[in-house]
Amino acid sequence: MSSNIRIETRDLCKGFATKAGRLEVLDSTDLIVRDGEFVSILGPSGCGKSTLLSVLSGIELPDSGTVKVDGLPPAEAVRRASWMPQLDSLFPWRTVAANVALGFEVAGRIGRAAARRRATRLLEDFGLEQFADMHPHQLSGGMRQRVALARTVAQQRDILLLDEPFGALDALTRTELQLWTEQIWERERWTVLLITHDVREAILLSDRIYVLSSRPASVKLELEVNLERPRSIATLSDPRFSSLEAKLLASLGLGAPETS
Amino acid sequence: MNARAPQSAKQQGIRATRRFLPPILIVLLLLLIWQLYSSVGGTSDDVIPSPERVASAAWSDRRSLWANTLPTLREVALGFALSLTFAFGLSILLDASGIARRALTPVLIGSQTLPIIVLAPLVVIWFGFGLLPKILLVALVTFFPLVVGLVEGYATASREATTLMRTMGASWWTTWRLLRLPSALPSFFTGLRIAITYAIVAAIFAEYAGAELGLGVYMQTARNSFRTDLVLAAVLVCAALTMLLYAATFAVERLVMPWRRTGRER
Repeated sequence: MSSNIRIETRDLCKGFATKAGRLEVLDSTDLIVRDGEFVSILGPSGCGKSTLLSVLSGIELPDSGTVKVDGLPPAEAVRRASWMPQLDSLFPWRTVAANVALGFEVAGRIGRAAARRRATRLLEDFGLEQFADMHPHQLSGGMRQRVALARTVAQQRDILLLDEPFGALDALTRTELQLWTEQIWERERWTVLLITHDVREAILLSDRIYVLSSRPASVKLELEVNLERPRSIATLSDPRFSSLEAKLLASLGLGAPETS
Repeated sequence: MNARAPQSAKQQGIRATRRFLPPILIVLLLLLIWQLYSSVGGTSDDVIPSPERVASAAWSDRRSLWANTLPTLREVALGFALSLTFAFGLSILLDASGIARRALTPVLIGSQTLPIIVLAPLVVIWFGFGLLPKILLVALVTFFPLVVGLVEGYATASREATTLMRTMGASWWTTWRLLRLPSALPSFFTGLRIAITYAIVAAIFAEYAGAELGLGVYMQTARNSFRTDLVLAAVLVCAALTMLLYAATFAVERLVMPWRRTGRER
């Protein structure tokens, strides 16, 4: 067993009881994420991608199979991974700095003032310092998502579980945020597991991509993205980018490139 | 981003006029109708006194009116303080435990069906003529909208935010404090506004059942000596007090939820 594996699932199965009977969501899903690696999970909507993150962040227990975060079951691997929800879920009553400080305050190991100071420093790293004292409703969707990412990072857990973080943004803002995320990731090199249904986003950001089948989901394709880093807007027009995109779309059962 | 342009005194004046002129006009119109009815309507001025007579009676009896307003205000303040304390405590219990919620909800609803007009004399028999029965009645009548506002407000905390708190390792209490309580504030203030309009009436009912001083006692005495003008004067004082308390809830709301204010004024 390689020591630098941070996340590992083997034969992971998970289902839910519904009124219409049992719904199998994940079916023997195998995947690994190594230290400092950016991995994306791509799949059709409703295929159970978010359930996978719930299991990895210890909110849900698997029905069968093994799930390990740093070699431990997620519920025991406390404070290793931080989760970023699909909607920003910023607290409207908190300023940007206070929202970012939320993780520190919950952990409760440092005082409120110290938490705010740390949050402010992090906002500077993210280039968001001028928004520190604003409330979320004063920010655009893209800005809110940046703040939500800062809040995720502020928990000081170096594994990030991102659940379609850019899914609700307009196409232009989304591309802008993807490039921004790439820039920061180059500097910080977190271990990231990103859930997305955006093929281009997955290629632009990832070292490796897993394609999940529709429900019950299992890994259909694993693909290395061997495009040089740092990546930029130029990466999008690289011929290798297009061939990866075609391959992924084919695996998702789509012949023609996505129009969105 | 949305820096507010400094307002000129003139603009502020226009805004204040827009805000306060309509209610003032309506009140004046009602007073006018009342005045006309009492002078042209053919009923004796002792049965339906004109607003002018009510005002002058109130003014000449102002000392006694004020001396009776203060005890009522004290009962309302203490009763409401008890009501708030009880409502917050109970709402936490109901939020924390599904069993408590199922067990207590029927009792709480039942408590609201007790007719206060029957209950007030009983409370006086049990607790005497002092301050305590008034405080208890005000609390009984006002706690329910507060509890409902809080409990339903807690439920508006988003599921994603709740999950987020869990992934951060927050305890139930931390989640309540940092997420559920702030989420409940808008709904709490709705409950507060309903509750506060009951408070004065509850205190007056309690005083009617037995007290030495208070607006309820004042009304009773005035009625017994057929001073309808003084009864109506006390009614107007009650209405004014309730309006003041109601307005105060908005002031408190602005203090407690400053993010709401910046959100609305766009």
